[in-house]
Amino acid sequence: MGITQLLFWLLTTLTLGSALMVIFSKNPVYSILWLIITFFAISGHYVLLNAQFLAIVNIIVYAGAIMVLFLFVVMLMNLNMPSSPLKNKWLMFAGVISGGSLLLVLVAALKDTEAMRNGILMQTGDIGLIHNLGKVLFKDYILPFEISSVLFLSAMIGAVVIGKKA
Amino acid sequence: MTINHYIFLSVALFCIGIIGVLTRRNMIVIFMCVELMLNAVNLLLVAFSKMHFLSASAFDAASKAGTDAQLFVFFVMVVAAAEVSVGLAIIVMMYRNTHSVDVNFLNRLKH
Repeated sequence: MGITQLLFWLLTTLTLGSALMVIFSKNPVYSILWLIITFFAISGHYVLLNAQFLAIVNIIVYAGAIMVLFLFVVMLMNLNMPSSPLKNKWLMFAGVISGGSLLLVLVAALKDTEAMRNGILMQTGDIGLIHNLGKVLFKDYILPFEISSVLFLSAMIGAVVIGKKA
Repeated sequence: MTINHYIFLSVALFCIGIIGVLTRRNMIVIFMCVELMLNAVNLLLVAFSKMHFLSASAFDAASKAGTDAQLFVFFVMVVAAAEVSVGLAIIVMMYRNTHSVDVNFLNRLKH
């Protein structure tokens, strides 16, 4: 068991454990903090796959910007009271059962397929580096890149219009 | 590591997100579970891009196969950032109207 396998299982445990803590924490602030840990673990997975640009973008955009936005909303509006327990226990039970059934069906459908034995190139390969991605992004994908700036502008205007006092 | 490790990790992460959406009634936690599902898909896309790159580089050492998938993940992150800003504005507006972030208060179309 090499260092790569060890790191993979460590990061997998961290990812799934903190993702479970996100949905089982009573306090929304704790949920946000566990979600930040999940995002850092996923960034670790990206580094393990040598997708270093995406690892950095994941930390900056998700753990940096989006989670701070969530924390601002929760703390500024004083929403961090523990949520009242669900009235209907059967509804919660049904949610867990249906999510678990989906997991069961997907795993059962995928576990014997032929392509599952394909290897993944870990730690090497330069397609995830910013040198390669930047050349493709600004050559082949320049139109979606520019359109996404229009998307950001419209999202910013939308957030201001929705958020201002009516 | 083979691809099935990453497939099962992503499936588990996605199902955790679905269970969170179905069981929690706090709107912010539901929104965070949607982000969790987006990240599961992103992780799977990156794993498949490395799988594709490995099989393509066996024939051509200078192959750039798999670059498109990583750029797709980048655009998913771009759209997610825009989505979060608008979604949180909607949550703030809803809190102003109902003084709660419980989705059970939204079970009627007008109040």
